[in-house]
Amino acid sequence: MHDKKPRKTYIRPLDFKNGCVDMTHGSGGRASAQLIDELFGNAFDNDYLRQRNDQAAFDIVGRRMVMTTDAHVISPLFFSGGDIGSLSVHGTINDIAMAGAQPLYLAASFILEEGFPLADLRRIVESMAQAARNAGVLIVTGDTKVVEQGKGDGVFITTTGIGVVPPNIDIRGDRAEAGDTIIVSGTIGDHGVSVMALREELSFDTTLQSDTAALHTLVATMINAVSDIHCLRDPTRGGLGTTLNELAQQSGCGMVIDEDRLPIKPEVNAACEFLGLDPLYVANEGKLVAICAEKDAQKLLTAMRHHPLGQDAAIIGEVIADKHCFVQMKTSFGGNRVVDWLTGEQLPRIC
Amino acid sequence: MKYIDEFRDRRLAQQLALAIKREASSQRDYRLMEFCGGHTHAISRYGLKDLLPENVYMVHGPGCPVCVLPIGRIDNAIALSREPGVILCTYADTMRVPASNGLSLLKAKAQGADIRMLYSCADALSLAQKNPERNIVFFAIGFETTTPPTAVIIRQARVLGLKNFSVFCNHVLTPPAIAHIVNAPQESGVSIDGFIGPAHVSTVIGSAAYEPFAKEYHRPVVIAGFEPLDVMRAILMLIRQLNENRAEVENEFTRAVTPEGNVKAKMLMSEVFELRDSFEWRGLGEMPKSALRITSAYREFDAERRYDIPYHKVADHKACDCGAILRGLKKPVDCKVFGTACTPENPLGACMVSSEGACAAHYTYGRFRDVIHREEHRHA
Repeated sequence: MHDKKPRKTYIRPLDFKNGCVDMTHGSGGRASAQLIDELFGNAFDNDYLRQRNDQAAFDIVGRRMVMTTDAHVISPLFFSGGDIGSLSVHGTINDIAMAGAQPLYLAASFILEEGFPLADLRRIVESMAQAARNAGVLIVTGDTKVVEQGKGDGVFITTTGIGVVPPNIDIRGDRAEAGDTIIVSGTIGDHGVSVMALREELSFDTTLQSDTAALHTLVATMINAVSDIHCLRDPTRGGLGTTLNELAQQSGCGMVIDEDRLPIKPEVNAACEFLGLDPLYVANEGKLVAICAEKDAQKLLTAMRHHPLGQDAAIIGEVIADKHCFVQMKTSFGGNRVVDWLTGEQLPRIC
Repeated sequence: MKYIDEFRDRRLAQQLALAIKREASSQRDYRLMEFCGGHTHAISRYGLKDLLPENVYMVHGPGCPVCVLPIGRIDNAIALSREPGVILCTYADTMRVPASNGLSLLKAKAQGADIRMLYSCADALSLAQKNPERNIVFFAIGFETTTPPTAVIIRQARVLGLKNFSVFCNHVLTPPAIAHIVNAPQESGVSIDGFIGPAHVSTVIGSAAYEPFAKEYHRPVVIAGFEPLDVMRAILMLIRQLNENRAEVENEFTRAVTPEGNVKAKMLMSEVFELRDSFEWRGLGEMPKSALRITSAYREFDAERRYDIPYHKVADHKACDCGAILRGLKKPVDCKVFGTACTPENPLGACMVSSEGACAAHYTYGRFRDVIHREEHRHA
């Protein structure tokens, strides 16, 4: 049977007649990608959107601009190391920064639920203001809507941002090439685990903090050291595993990473162990993946480690030629496995 | 992580791999089945296949409680979740299991049913206390590992005098399923030489529970923990037994399993549950005396008695080879819908449903090997 043609995975189309949105459509994994491809991508189809980057880049009177938007619906609203306010600023800045761009202006839209305490709202908005000041961006416009009690979850925030790309920088998700080196900027899974620790049904004690941070100064440092970085992406929802798959798919290549080289804090590993989760699929809010030519890798790594947000940066693997676009991992145990897209939401296993 | 990393040590793994290679006879094949989904997951997750000689095959067994749950029981759970006033509580990995009419618990939730995912079944009790106006139904699934906790909450519910709490019991038993696999007609002439026995299940039922099986069917059983080194060591122990023509129950997992198991847990189980005459297993069909129901002494907590939910058998998808895969007659890649129409996003059959299922584990962690094999074959 080995001489059969490679199988093409059949993905059952969305059922627009009888189906409805379920939680997997928001997980950042395959179901999210399918919703984007079959609905938004088709309806809004254009050259920019088709590139499937986390931001769109376009030329305006001789400058290259990027634009992006991000909705934030996190629960709980306040967590160790941040809150929905700082997160909504960092998230959009980071999507801009992943094109190598300098973020300039943000717009913020609030959907507030009737009955939401004003004290909490002020705390969130002040945290947003602080985050924007620290990052050197201005929140220049916005909108506010209120929905009836029960029709929102306290507060939802959508931020939209624009930035400008320095000359001769071309960072895209489809530029990974066989032989390139894959670098991650620090420990993975910190954000996801610290938020999970606060959920009502789990609530375990940890000193772990969310890693939420604006990454544009790290990116500026990186571009200074190596101008020809091929790809950058922040592994948020869906985690590092899903981000590597997105980049492999966009670039039409495979990847091999080394489990021993993944920077993971022992407390994140321990929490994942008893919750039955894989840190490769746990969310980050202040980390990035960089892909560059092997010859530039050491220089880039050194520059990253000199920046406070890249102290734990590590080379984790390489890009290989593979038309099947598999992301493989050499396990610490001495075997090999696939690192697949996240399926649905990551759910704990029963045994 | 202390007490975890030691069981994932690469150097020890290589030593065990060498010993397995040295002791496995090149004159024969070794077809070993790991019964438990936990083992299947460890084997796939750590890439154990790369450490084993070619004539040692691991066959993935049916010990994934989510996978063997028949469609009809999921339909029942969905029906329960739609009863007025009901909150259905479930362990998370049943959420995606496909049911009839393109539904699953996840989709029923999206359509408005109140379905809550729990980490611990004890949370169902506190939910019942906090919501006296609602009826809490716990969707209980699993082998002997998850059965004692269900027994505990049922007893606790009586102590608390809860009137709004019941359990939809789907607990199944391991020994009858292992016997079924050996007993099944081996139409393709392949059979299993030895078994890696369950880890957590055995902490409850004890290693002695497998003695009659080993004797009657003359198959060695080695009970092993869920860490990858446990599995490697169990494989070596099975190979030694087979080389010496022994068929004994051996215990690799001595740090947790005793011959008699957890006596208190077993007493709890027999107090609250009794054997069903027969129960349908997805992929394996009806099996006599293979599952539990709530005894009449605790009838007021039995959702099957409290609600009118008639059971309807639903056949698996015609194209599925689940039955043959669960019995070790076929490999996941031998099924024509594997990785095409049947994927973890849209599972058609039982083995693709949970990450512990044979097909899902192979798809998620191992499918690059099929491509490599295919291409090596083409270039040869």
